[in-house]
Amino acid sequence: MNKVLEVKNLRMNFGGLSAIDTFNLDVSDGEIVAVIGPNGAGKTTLFNCITGLYTASSGDILISPPDKKTKSIIGFKPNIITESGLARTFQNIRLFSNMTVLENVMIGRHCRLNSGIIGAIFRPKTTVNEEEQVVQDSYDILEKIGLEKYVNEFAKNLPYGAQRRLEIARALATDPFLLLLDEPAAGMNMQETKELDDLILKIRDEEKISILLIEHDMSLVMSLSDRIIVMDYGKNIAQGNPAEIKRNTDVIKAYLGETFA
Amino acid sequence: MDWEYFLELFLGGITRGSIYALIALGYTMVYGIIELINFAHGEIYMIGAFTALIIATVLTMAGFNQVAIVVIASGAAVLYSCAYGFTIEKLAYKPLRNAPRLSALISAIGMSLFLQNYVLLAQTSDFLPFPSLIPDFEFWEPYAHIISSQELVIIITTAIVMILLTFLIKFSKIGKAMRATAQDMNMAMLLGVDVNLVISATFIIGSATAAIGGVLIASHMGQINFYIGFIVGIKAFVAAVLGGIGSIPGAVLGGLVLGWTESFFAGYVSSDYEDVFAFIFLVFILVFRPSGILGRSVSRKV
Repeated sequence: MNKVLEVKNLRMNFGGLSAIDTFNLDVSDGEIVAVIGPNGAGKTTLFNCITGLYTASSGDILISPPDKKTKSIIGFKPNIITESGLARTFQNIRLFSNMTVLENVMIGRHCRLNSGIIGAIFRPKTTVNEEEQVVQDSYDILEKIGLEKYVNEFAKNLPYGAQRRLEIARALATDPFLLLLDEPAAGMNMQETKELDDLILKIRDEEKISILLIEHDMSLVMSLSDRIIVMDYGKNIAQGNPAEIKRNTDVIKAYLGETFA
Repeated sequence: MDWEYFLELFLGGITRGSIYALIALGYTMVYGIIELINFAHGEIYMIGAFTALIIATVLTMAGFNQVAIVVIASGAAVLYSCAYGFTIEKLAYKPLRNAPRLSALISAIGMSLFLQNYVLLAQTSDFLPFPSLIPDFEFWEPYAHIISSQELVIIITTAIVMILLTFLIKFSKIGKAMRATAQDMNMAMLLGVDVNLVISATFIIGSATAAIGGVLIASHMGQINFYIGFIVGIKAFVAAVLGGIGSIPGAVLGGLVLGWTESFFAGYVSSDYEDVFAFIFLVFILVFRPSGILGRSVSRKV
């Protein structure tokens, strides 16, 4: 199958500390891949390297957008990586809390626009049409995620579960082919986690977006993932489908310690 | 109580306040986005006034009519100031974006001193007469003893600029990108916002409003020199802090409050001490409401 993301021999050092050490990973088209591992294993650092917030110390990150050539994104700025089709959410909620739900989504949509500051001042017909299109697209996305009733509410006034869904909606607005979710179920109750499970599958199946997620909620990971990659001390210690990972002694050792393995 | 005198002082306060607000916008917008007090902003205003003076003088000699002079001179002032604002950010602040904030602040002070001395050397240290670009309207004659047509023009221009700016920030793509960048720069980048472009746009918009302020106030005062940016810059900064730095409505309100304070104290107490009153007022605001009139106290995550 066609690989949309390939991480090759990635290293990330902070001074003397090596947070990621010759790490390999790939995501195929239409796949849901989970990265799990104990706290401090380097999972979020991995996401930060892929999305351009950190520049990797060595190694390569390749992406293959649909109908485009494979290219390396090492050293690209985060906004350029987003424009090439990668979108992400964070562990903690990072919505623009003083903007409305619709505006939050529109910000994500704007990177698909052409008109710049000149257009904003003189407002030719094309800019006006484009902006109407952005509002329509953003509303459609909110409808898909089930947030349309909050359209004009300030993001900070939404219930917790809705805020998390809005983060996903905002990421989808950038029109990605690969979505990186950093602990999407953190702090959710069982009902909300179940809904999230359905939402992620829906995004994969209906929007044809591949998904890479970090998650600690094992029931979610086991039910969703096609493949699981286990990370510890910046290294890839195991990978396989959920059933294989459950039996893997290295994984049990990393989570529970020597005596349980 | 003499109501006519009161009204005159009240309107005079609005005039001063509008100018302070126009310049305070630049401080507050830049602070909102990169948390830097751009001390060179007062100099941008001074450069705007100088550009307008030079262009107006040339055009007057060439025999252009009044309206053409006002439009072309103001346009040139805005363009030239924007170019300066853009360049200052690229040269003096962008390389220091990830440095401690004090470094960028010192860089800003350095830029301010550099620009003052550059204009001093390139132009002159003397006060230069500034032509009265805004004519006295005949239809306004009956009310001119309360508020002159110049002051009227200042107030109306400021109001138009404020309304345009509000629309730009609230509804346009770049405005949304600015608000997003101000709240969370990394997240904005991850949503495809070109943060460098947003920061440049902020400096350009701030410089444009400062240049408009420069032309208006120079035309009102009738003279300029290389040092005018300093005191007006400080006053506008006070206005931004009064209103709550980082807040755009705050800058406007802060400007008006400062304008009224100065105008009333100068009118009822003594005009020699108007600056003293303005700064005493600042001390009181900072003691009793440190985040400014409209500012929110920001609690930071550690």
